[in-house]
Amino acid sequence: MIWGVLQFPGSCDERDAQNACERAGAETRLIWQDETDLSGIDGIIVPGGFSYGDYLRVGAIAQFAPAMGAVAEFAAKGGPVLGICNGFQVLCESGLLPGALLTNEGTRFISRQGDLVVAEAESPFLSEMSPGEVISIPFKHQTGRYFAPPEMLERIEANNQVAFRYAEGQNPNGSLNDIAGVVNEAGNVMGLMPHPEHAVDPLTDSTDGLKLFRGPARVEA
Amino acid sequence: MSKHRELGLTDDEYELILEKHGREPNDVELAMFSLLWSEHCAYKHSKKLLGKLPTEGPRVVMGPGENAGAVDIGNGWSIAFKVESHNHPSAVEPFQGAATGVGGILRDVIALGARPIAILDSLRFGELDSERTRYLVDGVVRGIGHYGNSMGIPTVGGEIYFEPPYELNCLVNAMCVGIARTDEMVRAAAQGTGNMVVLFGSKTGRDGIGGASVLASAEFGEDDEGKRPTVQIGDPFEESKVLECCQELLAAELLVSLQDLGAAGLTSSAGEMASAGDTGIDIDVASVPLREADMEPFEIMVSESQERMLAVVEPGKVEGVLALCTKWQTDSAVIGEVTDTGAFRILKDGEVVGDIKVHDLVDGCPLYDLEPGEPAEWIYPNQVTLREGADASEITLSLLGSPSIASKRWAYDQYDSVVGSRTVHRAGAADAAVLNIPESNRAIAIAIDGNGRRVACSPRLGTIEAALECAANLACVGAEPLGVTNCLNFGNPEKPTVAWQLSQSIDGLGEVCRALDLPVVGGNVSLYNETPTGPIYPTPVIGMVGELPNPETCAGEPWRDGDWIALAGPFNPSLAGSELEKARGQLGKGLPDAEIEPARAAIELVRDGVRDGTIRTVTDVSDGGIATVLSELALTAGIGCDVTLDPVIVQSECSEEDALFGEGSGGFILAGTAASIEMLGGKGVQIEMLGRAEGNEIKVQAGESSVDILVAEAKASFESLAHRIDVDQPGITQ
Repeated sequence: MIWGVLQFPGSCDERDAQNACERAGAETRLIWQDETDLSGIDGIIVPGGFSYGDYLRVGAIAQFAPAMGAVAEFAAKGGPVLGICNGFQVLCESGLLPGALLTNEGTRFISRQGDLVVAEAESPFLSEMSPGEVISIPFKHQTGRYFAPPEMLERIEANNQVAFRYAEGQNPNGSLNDIAGVVNEAGNVMGLMPHPEHAVDPLTDSTDGLKLFRGPARVEA
Repeated sequence: MSKHRELGLTDDEYELILEKHGREPNDVELAMFSLLWSEHCAYKHSKKLLGKLPTEGPRVVMGPGENAGAVDIGNGWSIAFKVESHNHPSAVEPFQGAATGVGGILRDVIALGARPIAILDSLRFGELDSERTRYLVDGVVRGIGHYGNSMGIPTVGGEIYFEPPYELNCLVNAMCVGIARTDEMVRAAAQGTGNMVVLFGSKTGRDGIGGASVLASAEFGEDDEGKRPTVQIGDPFEESKVLECCQELLAAELLVSLQDLGAAGLTSSAGEMASAGDTGIDIDVASVPLREADMEPFEIMVSESQERMLAVVEPGKVEGVLALCTKWQTDSAVIGEVTDTGAFRILKDGEVVGDIKVHDLVDGCPLYDLEPGEPAEWIYPNQVTLREGADASEITLSLLGSPSIASKRWAYDQYDSVVGSRTVHRAGAADAAVLNIPESNRAIAIAIDGNGRRVACSPRLGTIEAALECAANLACVGAEPLGVTNCLNFGNPEKPTVAWQLSQSIDGLGEVCRALDLPVVGGNVSLYNETPTGPIYPTPVIGMVGELPNPETCAGEPWRDGDWIALAGPFNPSLAGSELEKARGQLGKGLPDAEIEPARAAIELVRDGVRDGTIRTVTDVSDGGIATVLSELALTAGIGCDVTLDPVIVQSECSEEDALFGEGSGGFILAGTAASIEMLGGKGVQIEMLGRAEGNEIKVQAGESSVDILVAEAKASFESLAHRIDVDQPGITQ
C-alpha cells in the first residue's frame, strides 16, 4: 500500500504521518500542495500542522490548493482519506466531512496523552477496532472543538458517522457529544483531532495509533 | 554631539568612531555603529571574561562565533544547540516577546543547516501573588507555545522560577536543539568576491527598529509602554516556510554561506558575514523587499523584522535559489554582493549612502574591563512567607506548593511535546528530556538549569552548582554531557556589584567546565537586567546536551511498592540559599563549598547504573532538599515511603533541618531492589540506605523531627499551580 501524505506550506506533522504509515508496513510519498496526479496512490493523509499559517480560518486556505481538488476526486471514487488535526479541519472546510472545528473552550493550546473510545461508525480506518474499544493517543490542538448545527449533528449520530469520542471526563475542548472524529456517509473519509501518528512507537509511548494506519491495507487485502 | 548619546554611544566611543572612520558618520553609518557597538552585539563588557571559558573538545564541530554550537554524535550527524535571551521584549509585550525569542533561537540553529528538533525554556518571574506576574507568565507561556507549536517543533523541557527580583524584569531564555548532517553544515562567513547576497523570508518593515540598543542594552524603567514599537512581531508560518526552504537549499548545495537576521537586522548579519570571511560587502537597500514603501536607508539597515535569512550564493546558482524561495512562497531578492574591498557599503539605486570599514564596525568596539566590587551585605529583599513555628510536615507541604518547586504541568500542557516522533521523556516526566536519534543509533538528553537565588548567594559556587545540576540531570537518564551553552543574565555591569557577580560567575563556569571536560560551544549574554528597584538575581542559565547509547534504558520510572530507597553521592546539605531559607526571609551571602570531583564520581556512577539498567528510579536532590524530593517521587508513583535521615545527619554532621530541607550538589535519591542498590556499592561513592517505598503516607524522620503527610496531600500541594495562575480565567476542562 502506498500512502500519499499531503504537504502544504505550514504543515508540520507530515513526516510523523509518513513514519506512522511506514511502521504500519506501507510506503509513502509526499504530495506537494500543487500536485494533482495521484496515480499509484492507495490512500491519502492530510496531516496536522498549520497549513497556510491557519490564516483567515483554520483549514480555510488549504481547501483551494490544487492537490485538494484531486483528493476530492479520489474520495468520491471511494479512496481512503484520513485527516488528522489540521487535516480534519481542512476536510471539514472542503466539505468532505460534516461539521466544523472551533477554538477550544479554554482558548489555550492543549497537549496531553488521552483516551478515545471507538464509536459505531463503519470505516476502513476502524477495521482493526471494535466499538467501545479504548485507545490512548496524544491530544494537541487549539482549535479542536467539534461543532455541527443541531439537525446536522442529529443526522451524523443517526447515520453512525461518529468515529471516536473522548473518553468520559477527558473532553479537552468542549466538543459537542464528546466527538473527537467523524467519517463521511460512505465511511472512506475520516477526520479526527487527536494524533494517531504520534502513537506508533513503544519508545515514545502508546502504539494504539498503528491500528488506524493498518486498517485500510487490511480492507484492501 | 547629542545624537550619538540618544543612540546609546558614549562620548568616548563616538570619539573613537570619528578617529577610525576618519570623518563624521552620516545618519546611516551612525545608526549602524550604534547598534553594532551596543552591548547586545559587541559584548563589550563580557567578551574579555568569556575568553576564559574552555571551548575545545574532541566532539566539537562548531564553537563560539558561529550561529550556534554543534557537537558530533556519530554516523555523520551532529547536534546543534544554543540558548538565547529575549528578556526585555518579553517584559514589555510577553506574548510577542517570548514568541520572537523562540523564533530567533530557531533561526540560529536553522542558519547552521540544522533542522530544529527541540525547544527548552528557562523562565524567571516575580512572585505569583502579583497580578503583573500572572499576566507575564500567561503571555510568555502562550507565546512560546504559539511559536513552537506552529512550527512543529516540540517543547520538551525547561524550568520556571518565581523570585521577587524578577518582578519588573522577567527572564525568557529559549534553547533550541537541532540535527544536521555534519558535512552539510554551513558556516556564516561570506566568501568569494563577486558572489551574490540573497535576502529571503519576510519583507522588511519598521518593526523592531533599534531593539538591540534601546531594549537590550539599557536599564529598564517602570514605564516602558513607549518602547512597545521596538518589540518585533513573530510569524511562525513564515519561519516554517523559511525552515523548509533552507533545508531544500542546503540539500541542493545552492548556498556558500547562511546567516539569520536577528538583533540589528541586516547591519549585523551582513557585517558579521563579511567580518568572518574577511571580505567586503555591498548592500543595495533599493533591492530589499519592503513592507512599507517609504522606508529610509537607515531603517532598512537596522530593521529587526523577523523570519529573514541572508545567504551568499554563487552567481550561477542564484536562479535556483530564487526558484526554491518561490516554491515555498517566501520573498527573496538579490540585494548585494561580496567584494574584496573590506568595506561595508550601503547603496540606494547604485548611489553610496554609507561606507564603513567592516572591521571598524564589527570588531572595532572597545572592550571594557569590569571594575568588580564585592558587596559587604546581602543586597536583595527578604520576605517571610512561612508561618513561624511550622513543623516539618507543614514545611514540606508548603515547599511542594511553592511556585518554583510545584509542578509546571500547567505550562507543559500548552506545549506540543511529541511532534517529530522523537520524544522519549516529555517535559516534566524526567530530570532531563530524552530524544531518540535513530539516524545515529542513539539518543540525546537535554537539560537546562540555573538557580539565580543560589548564584546571588555565591556567584562562583552557585554557577558551579548549576552546571553540576545539569550534568546530574543528564546522568539521571543515563546521558554523558557533550557540550554546554549558556545565557548569562545579569544586571548593569558598569556597577561594581554586578561586575563582581558576572566575573565570579564566569570564573565558576570555566572552573566547572574544565573539571568536567566540557566545552562551552556557544552562548549569549544579557546585561542591564535592572530596574529602579535593583538588579535581578545574577542568573547564568546553563544548557547541556548529552548522549546515551540506548533510549530503552533511560530510567525515569516511578518507584514501586517495596523498593529500597537510598541516597548516593557526596551530599552535604545546608540551608544556605535554600527554598526554606527563602520562605523564612533569612537569605544571606555565602554557600558551602561545592566539591566538583566527588560530585563527578557520583554523576558517573548514576549514569552507568542507568545505562546498564541497574537503576530505573533516580533523581538528584535539588530545590527543597531530601524531604521535598522524596515527596515528589512518592506523589509521582502514588506510593508513600518510610525513611530515616539519621545516616545523613551522622555522615554530614548536619542538623535535622539541614538533612530534611538542606540543599547542595552531589546527592541523588535512588530506588530499586536491595540487590540493585548493593550493586552500586564499593565504587568509591557513598551510598546510604534510607528506607522503603510503601503505603500511602510520606514518613521522613530525622532525629527528633519528622515529616508525616499523606501522598494525596503532597500531590494536592504540588499540583496547585494551575488555579493560582489562572485566577482570572475559567481554564480548560480537566
